[in-house]
Amino acid sequence: MSEQINTIQSLNWALHDAMEADKNVIVFGEEVADPEGGGIMKCTAGLSTKYGDRVRSTPISEMAFTGAAVGAAIVGFRPVVEIMLMNFVAVCMDQITNHAAKLRFMSGGQTHVPMVIRTMTGSGFQTGGQHADFLEAWFCHTPGIKVVMPSNPADAYGLMRGAINDDDPVIFVEHLASYWNPGAPPTRGTVIPLGKANVVKTGKDVTLIGYSRSMLDIPVVAATLEKSGVSCEIIDLRTVSPLDMDTILTSVKKTGRAVVVHEAVKSFGVGAEVSARIHETLFRELKAPVQRVASVDSAVPFAKQLEAAFLYSHADIEQAVRRTLT
Amino acid sequence: MSSPLPDRRTLVAIYRKMAQIKLNDDRFISLMKAGKMVMPYYSARGQECIPAAISVQLTNDDYLVTIYRGIHDMIAKGVPPKLIWAELAGRSTGTCKGKGGPMHVTHPESGCMVTTGVVGAGMPIGCGLALATQLRGEKRVTVTNFGDGAANIGAFHESMNLASVWKLPVIFVCQNNRFAEHTAFAKGTSVARIADRAKSYNMPGLHVDGNDPVAMYHAAKEAIERARSGGGPTLIEAMTFRFNGHLIGDPGDYIPKDQYAAAVAADPYPKYRKWLVDNGHAKEAELATLEGEVSAEVDAAVKFAFDSPLTDGSEVYRDVYAAA
Repeated sequence: MSEQINTIQSLNWALHDAMEADKNVIVFGEEVADPEGGGIMKCTAGLSTKYGDRVRSTPISEMAFTGAAVGAAIVGFRPVVEIMLMNFVAVCMDQITNHAAKLRFMSGGQTHVPMVIRTMTGSGFQTGGQHADFLEAWFCHTPGIKVVMPSNPADAYGLMRGAINDDDPVIFVEHLASYWNPGAPPTRGTVIPLGKANVVKTGKDVTLIGYSRSMLDIPVVAATLEKSGVSCEIIDLRTVSPLDMDTILTSVKKTGRAVVVHEAVKSFGVGAEVSARIHETLFRELKAPVQRVASVDSAVPFAKQLEAAFLYSHADIEQAVRRTLT
Repeated sequence: MSSPLPDRRTLVAIYRKMAQIKLNDDRFISLMKAGKMVMPYYSARGQECIPAAISVQLTNDDYLVTIYRGIHDMIAKGVPPKLIWAELAGRSTGTCKGKGGPMHVTHPESGCMVTTGVVGAGMPIGCGLALATQLRGEKRVTVTNFGDGAANIGAFHESMNLASVWKLPVIFVCQNNRFAEHTAFAKGTSVARIADRAKSYNMPGLHVDGNDPVAMYHAAKEAIERARSGGGPTLIEAMTFRFNGHLIGDPGDYIPKDQYAAAVAADPYPKYRKWLVDNGHAKEAELATLEGEVSAEVDAAVKFAFDSPLTDGSEVYRDVYAAA
């Protein structure tokens, strides 16, 4: 197992390799340079030492530095900015949704914004209501932005390289609880194109669809279900927007059942969109209504037992699958 | 007018840009009133001097960021008026194929990189354009325009700080037309002069009569030279007035009548024209010829726009993401 690496390491490799490959890749955000620690999670460690001025620690000014990334991107740079926690996107939403997302369209294609916003989030650390939300649905509801949410070290590497190469703005959401989980290392240089889901495991009775954190839980529940004779197909969306409907529909057409699982709160979320699209296309072929498993529609709570009550459980996933089987 | 004077050619070049701005503005309004164009139009009538005096010192390589009240900035920077007209008329030949409109005109060829409809939002982007220039070791200058109202939004303060910390080659041009939408300047601003806020961000702040083309020329010259030579950012507060309210249709009841009358009496456009002639910088006939040329250019621009095909509805599916 010694050859395994974690997501912090794989993202660090991805950023090093991207900066090496393209001098237009620049990195900035709070504390990303080495004198400030190389990033709060160390994902950017070593970059400023190697690439100098192309890597800058910023003041705590998300609006200024996210907007600066937009400006640099429209004249040919490929900025990768770090917004330390996903909740903090709220202070610079104007730059993301009114500018980064729309400049290509509003300029009639004359300019575009090839930037990546790295951010992290996740409950389970007792950080309360403003440090742990999954807010991907905000961005999925904004045409012009892509949303990428990796679940393991090798995907994180390939998707980061894909996001940096992509000519559209990308929100790249890293999951706090899985940073340290070991996994197979990526082959350096591998680029995973955006917009393609990954069939992690094939099966025939039910399709389990997840991304980010839920991809840690789905395989565990699937293994339990397999023991009782339920064959699960597992899809990791990897890119949440735009959705890879071909992969989803091909799978659900085969199994006739689907369960979508995410850590974000349930209402108006990604699960609702995936479910709606499956129903719109495959209604007559479904053996049961598509089920959603998500967090409770509340703020993320502080106390440990409340956090547990907020987040879905393995039992919730199993029960959702059982509902499709009855 | 302040001294020393720029050369005669520059003085006339400033007037030509002012004439282009004014005559296009007059025509936009007349076609809107005739029901031939429908758009949210934020006239900059009265603010012509500011971009004219700045832009005669810039090239197409320099970057412009402007706002919803920004057609004067675009025309001065060199965006061809006929492409603006076509954009506002929703034509496929418009700068943005009719997909942006008056608040989002973009024309990279002339350096017009972003036009925003969100108060203050252009300044962070201006910092990014200037960062690009700095990283590449280029000599470009970025001019980012905004109104007095924008000096009270967070983006202004964050951008001023970042530009100062990174010594970015950017010029913040606050066109203080005395009203933030409908609210008088003093009711919403904690300082008498926005230029004084530059001190807080450790950058030079210039307070200038934006309706005096020569004073404006010198303020811009100082800021441009500083930016080009690596000396970092400047905040210019250019005092001016807008004659057509916040947007066309706004009766401007919140503007005190005597203040409005005094501003109109000091209209910088006829005032500058008279000054040029009275002081021998231009002959009456020369300016009349110039105005005739600009007027013909406006006629041609209007014709170009309305002769062009309307943008096809299928364009809503394009430019959302990069073509696959």
